[in-house]
Amino acid sequence: MDIHEHQAKDVLRRFGVPVPDGGIAFAPEQAMHEARKLGLPVVVKAQVHAGGRGAAGGVKLCRSETEVNAFALSLLGRNLVTKQTDAQGKPVHRLLVEKATDISKELYLGLVLDRKSERIMIVASREGGMEIEELAEDRPDALVRMVIDPATGLVPFQSRELAFKLGMSGSQIAQFSNVMRGCYRAFRDLDATMVEINPLVITGSGDLIALDAKMSFDTNALFRRPEVAALRDPGQEDPREDAAAEHGLNYVGLEGDIGCIINGAGLAMATMDMIQLAGGSPANFLDIGGGASPERVVAAFRTVLSDPNVSVVLVNIFAGINRCDWVASGVVQAYRELNLTLPVVVRLAGTNVDEGRWIINESGLPLISADTLAEAAATAVASRPAMAA
Amino acid sequence: MAILIQQDTRIIVQGMTGRIGKFHAEDMIKNGTNVVGGVTPDRGGEIVLGKPMFNTVSEAAAETGAEASLIFVPPPGAADAIMECAEAGLKFAICVTDGIPSQDMMKVKRFLRRFPAARKMRFIGPNCAGVISPGIGFMGIMPPHIYLPGRVGIVGRSGTLGYEAASQMKALGIGVSTSVGIGGDPINGSSFKDILELFENDPETDAVMMIGEIGGPQEAEAAAYARDHMTKPVIAYIAGLSAPKGRKMGHAGAIISAFGESAQEKVEILSAAGITVAPTPSALGETVAKVLGMRQAA
Repeated sequence: MDIHEHQAKDVLRRFGVPVPDGGIAFAPEQAMHEARKLGLPVVVKAQVHAGGRGAAGGVKLCRSETEVNAFALSLLGRNLVTKQTDAQGKPVHRLLVEKATDISKELYLGLVLDRKSERIMIVASREGGMEIEELAEDRPDALVRMVIDPATGLVPFQSRELAFKLGMSGSQIAQFSNVMRGCYRAFRDLDATMVEINPLVITGSGDLIALDAKMSFDTNALFRRPEVAALRDPGQEDPREDAAAEHGLNYVGLEGDIGCIINGAGLAMATMDMIQLAGGSPANFLDIGGGASPERVVAAFRTVLSDPNVSVVLVNIFAGINRCDWVASGVVQAYRELNLTLPVVVRLAGTNVDEGRWIINESGLPLISADTLAEAAATAVASRPAMAA
Repeated sequence: MAILIQQDTRIIVQGMTGRIGKFHAEDMIKNGTNVVGGVTPDRGGEIVLGKPMFNTVSEAAAETGAEASLIFVPPPGAADAIMECAEAGLKFAICVTDGIPSQDMMKVKRFLRRFPAARKMRFIGPNCAGVISPGIGFMGIMPPHIYLPGRVGIVGRSGTLGYEAASQMKALGIGVSTSVGIGGDPINGSSFKDILELFENDPETDAVMMIGEIGGPQEAEAAAYARDHMTKPVIAYIAGLSAPKGRKMGHAGAIISAFGESAQEKVEILSAAGITVAPTPSALGETVAKVLGMRQAA
């Protein structure tokens, strides 16, 4: 789960990390008020769950209230398209107004869950400001990595070592150790999966300050982190994914026209691959999960069909913990309740497959049965109205 | 002989009094698996499915001689249940639970390192289908009838895609020695490489089907192991060719976040290591057949 920059800064501030003074604004008047309070010049930053805001025109140094007002007006209520968003972009509903910082040097500091060491890893670089993915590819030597043992937590010498590698000296060493400790504790205590400060700035007077901040959290741990769950901004998420999650469905919207209803993440990905190999394009990823009731299958149809691009639905179930007869009942119920006219291809295998197929056949509905994965994908691709025409 | 589960492996089920745990324990017993008891705190002394229940794993191990545990404990307590097994001296545990916080798994992995090699517990999962040795027994949630007993090992992250592979193989008359689901979480107990190592040393396995997916470094690590240390052929498939970068595809671990983690890059890494990669997910069975045929001809 992602949160906004201003929320991440509030969290990190609580853990002792220095961040610029600033305030949040939902309207241009509020932005001007914040600017007045802070004193000009200020930096106005669009708050969306995506990086690359600067290059996309979502961040501006403003020297007058008129400028703040104009910039706020131009952003609020619009979608910001960055290279990390899709073509539609993300809606801007709030702005962070911050006191401008005197920048002498920009560093990079990130904490991630490293899958290889299976621990929290610190990634740091003297070259802040640019995107870490690009830096990792272009100049891997510019990155310093360090792994934290969960049994001891972050040990002070690690912070010192990093500070020296980043070229710091004097009081910066203690300041950096403080930033590191704050980031690590925030990561550990709130079940984060990522903390990123890019850039971590050394100011003209030689002090450290987190100019930008990004945090992501482990959704599996939200049950014990209500304060993190409260930071969620559903406006930044795909409403279809949220609606699906409420029914125990895992949905990810994509660009194609073949709607997919599948059990299991691996089989879902494989089915999408098969569709692509057969010359089609999947409209979504959807995993109905285990023990799916007919009602959940109907909810899956509703979710998939909320995408206007969908012209065919492919149901592919290999039941272990699921039951083919329940899924088949759900398919029949959805077809009738939602008055479907588009082609629906159904492939059933595994637990109670005979009962499932019987329900499909006896329904009298024009459902298209397939026996294998290959047949199901090929049939779905061939059934698209555009193909049939 | 198969790996991990033998005819006489004494197995307990943690969470056997719950709806899901009970359902699958019953299926395991019906299929001849040697379930000797269950553990649910504060339910000790009860009899469930004709088996004794215990309050703690160490008590269950002492009373029944249990060596292995299948864990159905809900996410908030699952990591705790895994560590309890290790402390009680079990040899092997599988956790089916989906949704365990990553930092809990980090702790589990650190905890398992406390033990000397001789009494270190092998752990598989979480968020996995479990392990089946067809004709011998199973610990997990898979439908046992789709597997034909035989001599090809299967290891995969995804449960249902593992079923797909087993049924395609069965349709061609190819049987399975053991099928292992290592689970879809970013931090898991046993890696692809760990399981390949077991299959390489199993005299009753001739070849291994490995089913990976986008995200994480384990397929690449397995490729290097297969290239450098395996005499048996490995056939692979990587799901997620059509997955966009940065979007999580169901499994917590199925997200392309670094170089080498996309399906295309993994396929290249595997192929370069001499592993035969099935071109499509519907060609899993026939690719295994082809490799086995070539081996027989050679």
